[in-house]
Amino acid sequence: MNWEIVIGLETHAQLSTSSKIFSGAATAFGAAPNTQACAVDIALPGVLPVLNRGAVERAIRFGLAVGARINPVSVFARKNYFYPDLPKGYQISQYELPVVEGGSLAIVVGDAPKTVRLTRAHLEEDAGKSLHEDFHGMSGIDLNRAGTPLLEIVTEPDMRSAAEAVAYARTLHALVTWIGICDGNMQEGSFRCDANVSVRPAGSDRLGTRCEIKNLNSFRFLERAIEFEARRQIEIIEDGGTIRQETRLYDPDRDETRSMRSKEEAHDYRYFPDPDLLPLAVSDEWIARVRGEMPELPQAKRERFVAQYALTPYDATALTASRETADYFEAAAGGADPRVAKQVANWITVNLTARLNEAGIDISASRIAPGQLRGLVDRIADGTISGKIAKDVFDAIWAGEGSADEVIEKRGLRQVSDAGAIEKIVDEVIAANAQQVADYRAGKEKAFNSLVGQVMKASKGRANPQQVNEILRRRLVS
Amino acid sequence: MLNLTVKQLAAGLAARQFSSAELTSFFLSRIKAMQPALNAFITVDEEASLAAAREADRRLAGGQGGPLTGVPIAHKDIFCTRGWLTTCGSKILSNFVAPYDAHVIERFRDAGTVILGKTNMDEFAMGSSNETSFYGPVRNPWNRETVPGGSSGGSAAAVAARLAPAATATDTGGSIRQPAALTGICGLKPTYGLVSRYGMIAFASSLDQGGPMARTAEDLALLLGAMAGFDARDSTSLERPAEDYTRELARPLAGLRIGLPKEFFAAGTDPDVARAVDAAIAEYRRLGCETVEVSLPNMKLSVPVYYVLAPAEASSNLARFDGVRYGWRAPEYADLADMYAKTRAQGFGAEVKRRILIGTYVLSHGYYDAYYIKAQRLRRLIAQDFVAAFRKCDVIMGPTSPSTAFRIGEKAADPVQMYLSDIFTIAVNLAGLPGMSIPCGFDGSGLPVGLQLIGNYFSEARMLNVAHQYQQATDWHARVPPGI
Repeated sequence: MNWEIVIGLETHAQLSTSSKIFSGAATAFGAAPNTQACAVDIALPGVLPVLNRGAVERAIRFGLAVGARINPVSVFARKNYFYPDLPKGYQISQYELPVVEGGSLAIVVGDAPKTVRLTRAHLEEDAGKSLHEDFHGMSGIDLNRAGTPLLEIVTEPDMRSAAEAVAYARTLHALVTWIGICDGNMQEGSFRCDANVSVRPAGSDRLGTRCEIKNLNSFRFLERAIEFEARRQIEIIEDGGTIRQETRLYDPDRDETRSMRSKEEAHDYRYFPDPDLLPLAVSDEWIARVRGEMPELPQAKRERFVAQYALTPYDATALTASRETADYFEAAAGGADPRVAKQVANWITVNLTARLNEAGIDISASRIAPGQLRGLVDRIADGTISGKIAKDVFDAIWAGEGSADEVIEKRGLRQVSDAGAIEKIVDEVIAANAQQVADYRAGKEKAFNSLVGQVMKASKGRANPQQVNEILRRRLVS
Repeated sequence: MLNLTVKQLAAGLAARQFSSAELTSFFLSRIKAMQPALNAFITVDEEASLAAAREADRRLAGGQGGPLTGVPIAHKDIFCTRGWLTTCGSKILSNFVAPYDAHVIERFRDAGTVILGKTNMDEFAMGSSNETSFYGPVRNPWNRETVPGGSSGGSAAAVAARLAPAATATDTGGSIRQPAALTGICGLKPTYGLVSRYGMIAFASSLDQGGPMARTAEDLALLLGAMAGFDARDSTSLERPAEDYTRELARPLAGLRIGLPKEFFAAGTDPDVARAVDAAIAEYRRLGCETVEVSLPNMKLSVPVYYVLAPAEASSNLARFDGVRYGWRAPEYADLADMYAKTRAQGFGAEVKRRILIGTYVLSHGYYDAYYIKAQRLRRLIAQDFVAAFRKCDVIMGPTSPSTAFRIGEKAADPVQMYLSDIFTIAVNLAGLPGMSIPCGFDGSGLPVGLQLIGNYFSEARMLNVAHQYQQATDWHARVPPGI
């Protein structure tokens, strides 16, 4: 039988506010345990939560970016359960009325475009961390992460393969970093996914029983976990078994998912509206203001790059992989004609990207500023240097030797386009290579290339190659 | 000094008739002497109090005193007080020294008042008799075999016995008004949101409100001025301009319309209480007030509604007391679940556990709609009854409590009987309205009776005027318990 895999994702994106969602404590990663937990985070008696407007604003930004509805009123609820890293004994989250509802995300799987519908996105606080090592049989609690703002983004069960789920997750990751609401750092847990996976006979329109795989913090784990889980479910059903609804954990070392708790063991969270917080009201004015401050989104920017700079869709996609790359391109290509823009695009996607990868740094930390790259491309375009020499100039700029003009000047790399000067070199090369001249005249085209090489060498690579060709042919004919 | 009001004490301090240190020593020695008999305090720290008094004296000497500088005040042990043990009447917080001040404490410290001590209370403010305190019951100064009411029984007894000229308290379902009535003093529960809940240990967040206890309405006005005010740390705190709550005290009452809800005067109220309340209303008529009958048809639902909503919120609010980060932890346990179970089973008293169980139940899957949602709907109906009533009157009056102080142990075994002692006060919390209790007479055995005033939202200044004018014409509030 053919099986169809059905996947829905719940993603926790940590919002990039400098303080927590309900307290003034800092959210920076990596501080010594419990140094970023204030009275509210520790849940001392009598303290109260106060909502961070910055977190709400980021949720609004997300909602606008995915074409969702921003609810004018949403409600914070308490999700009650006991755990040592949950100081209040409840998590403040949005339950019945989330701040963002609906919307969708366009993804590309291979070459095929697809739309994934979003159910909702809601604000909530993160829990702390239990540490089970180094405490001699006891556990330590670090509450630095407690109260960190999260946006939980929930999809409809619209994905049909691990590849689609990964494409969605990557697109979402690019979007949340693009609009500046999340730093996207997956190692630090700023972006993590739960996958709801079920299988059904191909063609069926009834959903199978799902299992939820928790806390997948890399795209590779997401892909592997879904693949394993789908295989596991199909095998059970084909062996005549039934799927039990449960929560599972992915073990990357053994590349398998393991049961964590069944539906029967699931907590009754006893959600109810948090009486310490008023309903969250988002006015039209607030939404309008956030809309006015929204950056151009990847899709729109891609389309504009194609229209404005005559880039290919391929280049436009590569240049909009991140907002920093796109900003770099625009800073370098500003006001350029399509020919120059195309060159700028090539230098970024090929040479600069390779260099950045080698150095392991981000484009925002590039050692060649956008203006410097443009200076280089301009000197190629106006014939000051050849494309070949340009690579050396690029290296020199990277090494900190200054602008393209400075490097060209200092190293004397200016292309020789003076016909008289080239003719003089050509004549010297013809005089010194009688055998190859004879070979050429006897019809051996290879000999011509050798003569060109001699001329270029004699000019230290600076002669304009096109002129060298013309003059050499003319001289050899006469 | 014994019978001087806050206002008179402040005047005496300003005129240098006595120092704050003298005043504070006077009350500290009274507290010490009466503690075995009344058990009104959980914590007293004479050194800290006297140091604060001396500091207040320096401020007064330097001419930097405010209207309350140097006045000693007792605080209910529900308010976190920096450097002071803050137990909320519970074993589970028996070792908790607060590292910060509640907003109310901060305000009183800023005003230059001196902390006399932390008063006894029902555990987590759950009780109407002060018998649920881990630190033992408080006794009523009028008759030590009877309860002082609750949950602010320690504050009420302290003010009634002249161990403190005034005290802070909190009111979730009547915990300021009912003990004020049972001990013959004045208590005010402000409009919800007027006094910040920051640092006030939560029982039922949507109902809890701090307020003052004192012997006169005028003192309440002074104290409320110090307590009330916007606090950004409490999202339910209301941003309103500061008010002088004494500004209307002298206003004549002619033309005031007093609403008398027929539900407050039905059978079930102790005849002595009814008689005293009727007499008080007659006095108001003499002062030129009109009375109109109003109806609060849904008030009869207030006790069941309250005992769904308050425990629901409490079950969640008290989840943080888990023995993990602070507070008392069971000495022996097998694993994490056992640590939680033993800590909470041994750390909480029976009434608190009863309410946590009720609250957990009503929020559970499958019961939530039938209990919690329904109770919220009824809560709105109860509030609407008051809105309708206030179209016909300026203030509502009736008894604060259906009976006078009952004997210690009398209702302890019957929670429903105990809950019914708040039948006249609970609706006010559900509606978020201001309510007040002032002394209006005595029953046949010499126990005080309280008159309840309920005002419209933010009408505290007017209510205080209504109470003050009555106290200009009567002296019930000035009576002293026997042997004090």
